[in-house]
Amino acid sequence: MKSFFKSKKSGLLTKRNRKTAYLFLLPNFIGFFIFTLIPIVVAFVLCFVRWDFSNPMRFVGLKNFTYMFTDQTFIISLKNTFFFTIVSVPATMVISLGLAILLNKIVKGVKFLRTMYFIPYITSMVAIAIVWNMLYSPSMGPINNFLRTLGVDNPPGWTAATDWSMIAIIIMSVWKQIGYYMVIYLAGLQGIPSNLYEAAKIDGANAWQKFRYITLPMLTPTTFFVSIMLLIGSFKVFTQVMVMTSGGPGRSSNVLVYYIYNQAFVYNRFGYASAIAFVLFFIVLAITVFQFKKEEKWVNYT
Amino acid sequence: MSTTKKTIIYILLLVGAIIMVFPFVWMLSASIKTDIQVFEYPIKWIPDNPQWHNYIEIWKQIDFLTYYKNTVFLTLVVTGLSIFTSSLAAYAFSKIEFPERNLLFLLYIGTIAVPFQVIMIPQFMIIRHIGLSDSLWALVLIQAFTPFGVFLLRQFFMSIPNELSEAARIDGLNDFGIFSKIILPLAKPALATLAIFQFVFVWNDYLGPLIYLSSDSNKTIQLGIMKFMTQYSSDYALIMAASVVAVVPVIIVFLFLQKYFVEGIAMSGIKS
Repeated sequence: MKSFFKSKKSGLLTKRNRKTAYLFLLPNFIGFFIFTLIPIVVAFVLCFVRWDFSNPMRFVGLKNFTYMFTDQTFIISLKNTFFFTIVSVPATMVISLGLAILLNKIVKGVKFLRTMYFIPYITSMVAIAIVWNMLYSPSMGPINNFLRTLGVDNPPGWTAATDWSMIAIIIMSVWKQIGYYMVIYLAGLQGIPSNLYEAAKIDGANAWQKFRYITLPMLTPTTFFVSIMLLIGSFKVFTQVMVMTSGGPGRSSNVLVYYIYNQAFVYNRFGYASAIAFVLFFIVLAITVFQFKKEEKWVNYT
Repeated sequence: MSTTKKTIIYILLLVGAIIMVFPFVWMLSASIKTDIQVFEYPIKWIPDNPQWHNYIEIWKQIDFLTYYKNTVFLTLVVTGLSIFTSSLAAYAFSKIEFPERNLLFLLYIGTIAVPFQVIMIPQFMIIRHIGLSDSLWALVLIQAFTPFGVFLLRQFFMSIPNELSEAARIDGLNDFGIFSKIILPLAKPALATLAIFQFVFVWNDYLGPLIYLSSDSNKTIQLGIMKFMTQYSSDYALIMAASVVAVVPVIIVFLFLQKYFVEGIAMSGIKS
């Protein structure tokens, strides 16, 4: 009798709770449903059609995907995106960790220096890419002028040269984001108990050993987070490419998102663009899943 | 640590800091030069005859005021709406027990991993269908309901002990009362973090406005400076002045609220 009464009461409670919960959820859920959930489903359907807005949609099966293998521009932009990731992700991690370690050793001026390093991250990519483009100017820019005074006779052509355009974009992108990851690493470093270092000191460990056997292992959760954020972000590189090189010279700095944007909103190939966007999604997903699978092998949670 | 070691660390960090701010100082300096002076080398940081009128010129050359108004409108409305709707939803996901809670929340988190580039084409179709393409409201609709805000606030609300809300319930407060009188005041740091992130994102966003805003009266600052750059490609000094104007508001907001910024980043980094 008692249990019956209880279940009835909790049933009523559930009903009331559910009503309240839905009232709270509703304002966000409507928008989320229309502008996130539905588009995900539609995006999947679009992968299998040919469509340009003006003519009726035509189902083409897997053609959008098979076409990619023969599409040189797609292959180049895929390669460039991988190159961007392979260089910019480790570079950002090493530099931001190095800065965080240095910053963690000092007391005076930490706030000021942190602000200096952080400012590029919050400023507009468009404005700052325009500035960098001027700094990179092969004939007149201050970077090459500086290199010439150092004795480099033939400084790089940066964004104007096919061999250098990706590297120029990478340098600028790393510069822009290291402050953000430095702050994350700094928080991670401050979470390491200081008695570990004291114990190591008593055991006679040198600076390298402390770094190798205390700092790095204790930082693995942070490194895990940072690496996932960086990998996902690097595959979505777009604005700096659009502003600085428009994917050029030639196709030398074309990347996936720039190609998707062009296919969709310049050439109106919405089906093909969606298919490439899904390839991007699967790459990002595969990397994330792979990282999480490997997580227990190298990440220590204490 | 020895003093020499400390000095070396300070020197390294200062050299790094100089590299970080170099482009900004160069931009500021170039913005008050003549076009010929911009690329002079060695760099003369303060020109003999500062061209302050460059800053007046840019407002005349291009409709910067409209771009500014549009950007401010977008930033305020998107940030306000997303805080309002995300905090309500986050309350449901953290403080109300209902059967589908975990399933629905999983749906929210699952979509965070989907890149914007995947859904931007269908979003464009939907917006066009409801007749809002080339309208600022298009961007409001696609940016104000992102699952990220719900996720961030939900994580914070979870850390507020349930005893607090239960005690308030016994005192006769209903869920809306608990939400507005107990949870929201306690969640101020998290709300500030979300607000700053949204502000910076909307202010600096380029791809969204590029897709939706085609007529000049609807353009944002980011589109404005791009237009400026293509139209007056050799007016280097003016382009730099326009860039300064685009960058300064965010830097000011950041300098005042950086505490929340840094704490928010540290929080998201440690919790995950």
